Amino acid sequence: MILDKSEVRKIAQLARLHISDADVDEIGHRIKEILTLVDQMQSVETKPVEPLYHPFDAVQKLRPDVVTERNNREELQKLAPKAEMGLYLVPKVLD
Amino acid sequence: MIEKTATELSRLLSSGSLSSVELTRAYLDRIAKANDNLNAYITICEESALEQAKKADERRAKGFRHPLLGIPLAHKDIFCTDGINTTCGSRMLENFIAPYNATVVEKFEDVGAVTLGKTNMDEFAMGSSNETSYFGPAKNPWNIKKVPGGSSGGSAAAIAADLCAIATGTDTGGSIRQPAAFCGVTGFKPSYGRVSRWGMIAFASSLDQAGPICKSAEDAAILTSVMAGLDNKDSTSVDKPVEAYSATLNKSLKGLKIGIPAQHFRDGLSSEVERSIKEALKVYEQMGARVTEINLAHNHLSVPAYYVIAPAEASANLSRYDGVRYGYRCENPVDLEDMYKRSRSEGFGAEVKRRIMVGTYALSAGYYDDYYQKAQKIRRLIKNDFDRAFEEVDVIIGPTSPNTAFDIGAKKDPVAMYLEDIYTIAVNLAGLPGISVPAGFSEGLPIGMHIIGKHFEEAKVLNVAHQFQQETEWHKQKPKFGLED
Repeated sequence: MILDKSEVRKIAQLARLHISDADVDEIGHRIKEILTLVDQMQSVETKPVEPLYHPFDAVQKLRPDVVTERNNREELQKLAPKAEMGLYLVPKVLD
Repeated sequence: MIEKTATELSRLLSSGSLSSVELTRAYLDRIAKANDNLNAYITICEESALEQAKKADERRAKGFRHPLLGIPLAHKDIFCTDGINTTCGSRMLENFIAPYNATVVEKFEDVGAVTLGKTNMDEFAMGSSNETSYFGPAKNPWNIKKVPGGSSGGSAAAIAADLCAIATGTDTGGSIRQPAAFCGVTGFKPSYGRVSRWGMIAFASSLDQAGPICKSAEDAAILTSVMAGLDNKDSTSVDKPVEAYSATLNKSLKGLKIGIPAQHFRDGLSSEVERSIKEALKVYEQMGARVTEINLAHNHLSVPAYYVIAPAEASANLSRYDGVRYGYRCENPVDLEDMYKRSRSEGFGAEVKRRIMVGTYALSAGYYDDYYQKAQKIRRLIKNDFDRAFEEVDVIIGPTSPNTAFDIGAKKDPVAMYLEDIYTIAVNLAGLPGISVPAGFSEGLPIGMHIIGKHFEEAKVLNVAHQFQQETEWHKQKPKFGLED
């Protein structure tokens, strides 16, 4: 298991997490320990085994395609760090 | 009075010798005295609790009856509560107030239970000690230098120290059962899908399940019958009738076949815990049960598989915290990417970030087959082990945790902490019901016994737990916490 600084930074980027230079080694070290634990899985042959994605192999239930929720945009937008005129505000994306 | 079970309190309330307002005040007084030391609650709802209690007394006067009417309750701070903060133990949600109630919360309100407050927990339920809470760890009432377990540690500590009569918890890898064991209380995780997850903040969606933490299996039966049931708002909730769990508690255990997994009595198990569980098995044999050894051959792979599946699902679930719609947003972001990254890095604690990164890695291009797919195959092997065992036995019994509660700050290494859940995790992977009940003490700290049942045999598990509590007094032991002053 190799996990160098650039890999740690790549994972952080994918997860949209900021990691300071001071922390990168420590975080890499901890993740490596977890992956070492996880690698015990490789000790069993599982080729013919079907993956179990749900405890009862259940499939997604479907419901009629009709509106069941009321529109509560105003109530929900009150929770936003920044919202105005029914819109969520974020830093400028385009110049 | 506050030390009584909900079943006992319910009798006092129905007889008219006690009102819900009096009872609620008694718990609020206890909380005011004890919570600074225990840190079991993140939020205390004094005013609304007293209002609800008054309403409960009025409903009773009008003739409404339910065993939980007017009984004071604490919710783990993972359940959304309309108008009350829901933090999930995180800075990310420090100021979050949900605009609706979780289905579980709604169900307790319908029957007239009184919400005292929201209990402490590991951040986003990721932890086995309560130490990852942004609000500081809850303490174990048996010894406040010890952890109460996690992630539902606040609920278990609150039950043990009588800061509430009943509580809710959630269990993704042991988060109800392990704190129940550490605090000497009863904690029950029903089968996956038995209780609606709607309004319960998601950690690992194929494993998360809500359940009760309380003072007896008899109470757990009442609470489970309130919590369980199909909910159209949760497509994974199961359409099976809810049994009358209280009605079958007294069924005889004569001829019950108990399976003992060899793998739950191996290296790493403390000799005191082992001794207590073996004593407990003798109690069952005296009741006419038969004990046989069973083989859960892949149990040792449950922790490795879990630490792929749970982080993978968590990394997807927690991607919603982006600083846009709710939750923490960093100061002065320079652009959108900076806002995402800093909001998440400042809003999440170290353990949550670690798990998001492990999950992201396991799901990233080129690693999916080696990690996520492999883990789901192991999950099948673990479930097959249980299926085979349950052809021979009715329930499986073992220790809940290999050790009693450890010191706060003792486990700095995350992997060492993960391995503490070696007996509970497989139950979540297979979606089975499991309960922890008090079964002894070691150096003044409680020991938990773990009873695992077949899918949707909640009634059997509760019956087996209740019968043990009819024969033993472990669940009636109380910590001396706070009684000295």
